[in-house]
Amino acid sequence: MTESQATFHDALLDAAQPVPLGLSDAQARPAGRRFSVYRNNVAVSLTEAMHEAFPVIAKLLGKQNMDGLAGLFLRRHPPSSPLMMHYGEAFPDFLAGMEQLSHLGYLPDVARLELALRRSYHAADSTPIGPEALALSPDDLPRAQLAFAPAIGLLRSPWPIHAIWRFNTQDGAPKPQAGAQDILITRAEFDPVPHLLPKGGAEWIQAVQAGQTLGDAHETALAAADGFDLGALLALLLQENAITSVNIERLET
Amino acid sequence: MSNTAKTLVIASAVAAAIAGTATTASAQAKEKCYGVALAGQNDCAAGPGTTCAGTSTVDYQGNAWTLVDAGTCADIELPAQADGSPRKGSLEALERDLPA
Repeated sequence: MTESQATFHDALLDAAQPVPLGLSDAQARPAGRRFSVYRNNVAVSLTEAMHEAFPVIAKLLGKQNMDGLAGLFLRRHPPSSPLMMHYGEAFPDFLAGMEQLSHLGYLPDVARLELALRRSYHAADSTPIGPEALALSPDDLPRAQLAFAPAIGLLRSPWPIHAIWRFNTQDGAPKPQAGAQDILITRAEFDPVPHLLPKGGAEWIQAVQAGQTLGDAHETALAAADGFDLGALLALLLQENAITSVNIERLET
Repeated sequence: MSNTAKTLVIASAVAAAIAGTATTASAQAKEKCYGVALAGQNDCAAGPGTTCAGTSTVDYQGNAWTLVDAGTCADIELPAQADGSPRKGSLEALERDLPA
């Protein structure tokens, strides 16, 4: 960035900075007020973007608090990309660093969930396997490796973030109860959906994502949670078009 | 657990999953239905910089859609329009109930 660009950029995000030199209107007079209008538009539109990007956080905090937070955030983390639909990547960590919000420990993870839902929405399309692709012989199954759709997302939280998200987005959803929750985001067609994972589910998905075979991943999940139900999880993944390939590791001869 | 037992556990879980999906797959299908969403409640979670989510400003806005179970769009019961003519959902965008 040249120096004048840097000055312009800094002044845009900080009303205490003087209007950059060299800005003039059609009559060659200094165009200070026009710059102020522009500066205001930048802040207002990014504040609106934050409301749209994090509707649950905005609901939890209320409009005024969200406006204030967005004002601080947009100055510390202005967009680094023109793709506004991904704006706010740094928001979860920003929330975690706000001392005034430390009594709401779940906020950063709720923001991570909202980000992950958007990421899933904009992820590439993929072709799912049908259930029949898993109809392998009992000996082949434990050696099979699965690949997942780019649109899936996994989140683990010590907070009941799935319940908090539901309570704030769906009418008549039950009140959240304390407890850790793992979430799998899938996008069967157009819109991403967060699913609450049973115990062991997150470990299984991570193991499969890391390339473990069904046999090894099953052991990993059982070690994490006794009574892990593979059938229910596989049914969810198939229904949600989340599995894109099955590959059987051939034993070396 | 012996290796054979483990193999059987996985095989039966997979079999259950396949059987479960066969019966529910068709019920999952959705379609875009225009003209049935209440103001601000149309679907689409695309986020900022896009122009679809929660942007309908009037009830049953004709060019705003929501996802409904496939095959149900035209059957959704809606109140009649101000002039008394019936309102129906549509798989195509509609000219009625557009914001002024």
